[in-house]
Amino acid sequence: MRGMQKLRIAAFSTAVITFAAMSSSALAQKKYDTGATDTEIKIGNTMPYSGPASAYGIIGKTEAAYFKMINDQGGINGRKINFMTYDDAYSPPKAVEQVRKLVESDEVLIVFNPLGTPSNTAIQKYLNAKKIPQLFVATGATKWNDPKHFPWTMGWQPSYQSEARIYAKYLLKEKPNAKIAILYQNDDFGKDYLKGTMDGLGDKAKTMVIAQESYEVSEPTIDSHIVKLKATGADVLMIYATPKFGAQTVKKTAEIEWKPLQIMTNVSASVGGVMKPAGFDNAQGVLSAAYAKDGADPQWDNDPGMKKWVAFLDKYMPGANKTDGSIVYGYGAAQTLVKVLQMCGDNLTRANVMKQAASLKDFETDTLLPGVKINTSATDFAPIAQLQMMRFKGEKWDLFGDIISGDVTN
Amino acid sequence: MSAIQETVTDAPAIDAVPKRAMTLGAGTSAVVLLLLLVMPLFVKNFVIFQLTTVLIYGLAVLALNILTGGSGQFSLGQSAFYALGAYISAVLMEHAGMNYALTLPISGIICFAFGFLFGLPALRLSGIYLALATFALAVAMPQFLKLGALEEWTGGVQGLVVTKPDAPFGLPLSQDTWLYYFTLAIAIAIYIASINLLRSRSGRAMMAIRDNEIAASAMGINVALYKTLAFGVSAGITGVAGGLGAIVVQFVAPDSYTIQLAIALFLGMVVGGVGWLPGSIVGAAFIVFVPNIAESISKGLSGAVFGVLLFVVIFLVPHGARQVALVCQHWIGKLKRS
Amino acid sequence: MELLTNQILAGIATGAIYACMALAVVMIYQAIDHLNFAQGEMAMFSTFMAWQMMQWGVPYWAAFVLTLILSFIGGIAIERLLFKPLAKAPILTNVAGFIALFAIVNSVAGLIWDFTIKQFPSPFGSAPFLGSQLISTHQAGMIGVTIGLLVLLFLFFRFTRIGLAMRAAATLPESARLVGINTSWMIALGWGMASAIGAIAGLLIAPVVFLEPNMMGGVLIYGFAAAVLGGLSSPLGAVVGGFLVGIFENLVGTYIPGAGNELKLPIALALIVIVLVVKPSGLFGHTVIKRV
Repeated sequence: MRGMQKLRIAAFSTAVITFAAMSSSALAQKKYDTGATDTEIKIGNTMPYSGPASAYGIIGKTEAAYFKMINDQGGINGRKINFMTYDDAYSPPKAVEQVRKLVESDEVLIVFNPLGTPSNTAIQKYLNAKKIPQLFVATGATKWNDPKHFPWTMGWQPSYQSEARIYAKYLLKEKPNAKIAILYQNDDFGKDYLKGTMDGLGDKAKTMVIAQESYEVSEPTIDSHIVKLKATGADVLMIYATPKFGAQTVKKTAEIEWKPLQIMTNVSASVGGVMKPAGFDNAQGVLSAAYAKDGADPQWDNDPGMKKWVAFLDKYMPGANKTDGSIVYGYGAAQTLVKVLQMCGDNLTRANVMKQAASLKDFETDTLLPGVKINTSATDFAPIAQLQMMRFKGEKWDLFGDIISGDVTN
Repeated sequence: MSAIQETVTDAPAIDAVPKRAMTLGAGTSAVVLLLLLVMPLFVKNFVIFQLTTVLIYGLAVLALNILTGGSGQFSLGQSAFYALGAYISAVLMEHAGMNYALTLPISGIICFAFGFLFGLPALRLSGIYLALATFALAVAMPQFLKLGALEEWTGGVQGLVVTKPDAPFGLPLSQDTWLYYFTLAIAIAIYIASINLLRSRSGRAMMAIRDNEIAASAMGINVALYKTLAFGVSAGITGVAGGLGAIVVQFVAPDSYTIQLAIALFLGMVVGGVGWLPGSIVGAAFIVFVPNIAESISKGLSGAVFGVLLFVVIFLVPHGARQVALVCQHWIGKLKRS
Repeated sequence: MELLTNQILAGIATGAIYACMALAVVMIYQAIDHLNFAQGEMAMFSTFMAWQMMQWGVPYWAAFVLTLILSFIGGIAIERLLFKPLAKAPILTNVAGFIALFAIVNSVAGLIWDFTIKQFPSPFGSAPFLGSQLISTHQAGMIGVTIGLLVLLFLFFRFTRIGLAMRAAATLPESARLVGINTSWMIALGWGMASAIGAIAGLLIAPVVFLEPNMMGGVLIYGFAAAVLGGLSSPLGAVVGGFLVGIFENLVGTYIPGAGNELKLPIALALIVIVLVVKPSGLFGHTVIKRV
């Protein structure tokens, strides 16, 4: 924090000098809104650094480190990024307070990648009324792709519903007589997956889905739910759970010798963070879908993008846990923002940031799967909409099939 | 463990606070009021928003203070009443199109009834057992709010977005400033009413129960009535605070009212001084601002820094802000005499 | 019928987790007459210490013993440093101190070991126990350890001088001091023992729920509930309470139609509250008579 302040002071004095040196004609071509100057761009962000969701705090730390790297490389078109990130403890009222502080006191240009569906819902109306970009929100709800009603809000990752539809499509094709059991977390995340699956199965949902079981995050184990689902005689188990419960499920089904086809949400597909703790033996044959590479998966060891990612970690986040999927996530999101800001050139108005964010064409971050590309337009505010199915084999994921686009519009 | 029944003289969990010490003197009150009135003129809108939040949490802490400091009952379930009040206001505003100001008394009355009913089984419980029962309530509430059957009204896991009201009668005030004064007016009214309640016959009865329940019942006080009444009043005020919170934040969701909120309100009460009503606002300021200070010191360790700051406060002043006030009073008295 | 027996068996397996934690809760209650909200976090921290030692190549049982010793010392140190100065402060201030301790331990663990889940080895393995797939050898081992602990605690409180002195110091401090008991150190000792028992609970729970800084959050709620249900003064009650809560919860989730699954924790807690209303000091607790 202190470092950040020092940076701000330094930036200010450079600004004065540059201003004095500049001719008035050069100024005329540059356009700024609050939060952008010749020397810096202020970016705001909220993350749960404390409280029950603090596991995600690492995303904010990764982004801060990424922007530091960009600044060390000379910044964006000569401007340094001043990244201000605050703790909202995953509480919507606190998120409102912190975002208002970012906008009204710190005077940021945009709010980037705030985390959590409830927190983002709480700040969406405020930011849209103030015409401040709420860019690349860190949640997979479908509602962020709604440029008509919320032209200042944009998602980033594939929506939970579109991912669930891909699984539904797969099942309809490969296992049309499946008896499906769905285990989901009782919150916005789990319910979105549930909805996507049911919608994707369409008319067949009624006959194919024979059990829907929800659990609460406060439960220490979900053994009882698994025992109950096994008793239904289902032969497909959809696991819409966060990493801890995902790992518990894979382990428990193996322990009670229940062998359904398991489909795991992308949120919990981490090799090091879920499959390894659950036991590689237990995880054989599990299906999932991905849009990004896995930091712990050996198949990317020689991938140029992931080599850059590892080099970044070694230099800017020494000691970070490479198996943590959140670090891959934060890196990709930050890289996308840097791309958008580069495209803005010297026109750093909020409207132009939104316009450029909505003009991404076939952009690939270092961390996206080969073939997955970021595309946006004035009517498409879902940057990443592609996924590829994969099957767990040995100690890694085997990708199979085509890259599937699963756009769901509101 | 042992079959022999043990007998204990129960030390009161709460220090006896004489009723006069529960309030501020007239002069101090006037200064504080003046400060609260002029503060919004000098700060940015978002600071006004923060101050409004402090007032709202202050009301909720005050409500807990009436329950714990006034009647000696302990609750970790205040977030449940807060949530209930917030949802009632939000649902009435969004689905019934009711004026925001009118929803507050309804929230208050429903929460009062709810609290009164909850107070009935709670009568049989005390200390840790009551803490567990109220804790259960706090844990259960978000799950009720998510319940599929109620989703049509509550918005389920997605919550409900609320429209923020403008200043009425064309007053030249920003929404934030208007809501601040609106909240302040309600807070002052409830504060004065609470002081009068504690000074009344009912208040004296509650405090007698707090100090010694058996002695109080021997004196002919209807213990059951006053204990449940304290629960009801506390829940009612918390409900109004919750309603105000929903209007100011413009959003209600199950995630806003977890056990974390109940714990925060409890900490507010301890920091402000248990049983000292004016301390409520100090406690509320603590729970709003100290987490911000903690994270500005360290992002990765913000929780730890908050814990350390809390320890520092309770080491220095184990009786909370009340202790500070008493020391100040002492010094002022000395100065006057010399 | 098969589902019923399966759910009961699964409930016993989960109940063992709660019982283990409830024992630690009872231990601290015997020493300080309160619940310690930071108990779960302290247990989590101990488990991480054991994990770290094993990462460094220390064998399981050596790490186990070392962790118990460190936890015991750590518990005493926390009492001496943080809670002895608060001994004269009001009870509620002490509770605020527990919450502060919770925040500190959780946040420090997150910074040192981050929040990804970690596999924790079990000394008993995870093969099916006696041919039943529902209870693994680990869970059977856990039940065994819990019962062993229970017996040890019972003997300790019943027959050792220190155990008796500790109970006296917690229930009647003034009288205990009059007969020459150093009540202040009894409290510290209680913290140490509670911390060590918590460590055992953590080490046994981690293989089932996976190790991460928030792993004890849910467990502690159930541990409290179990201890309160059984009667806070009785180790036997805590263990019985743990198994009852585990079974209870599974049956509510399975057999109450409609909302049973979504509301199984609230319903389980409500049932406990009802039990308490009928029997205010828990199933095995002794009645405390209050005097004016």
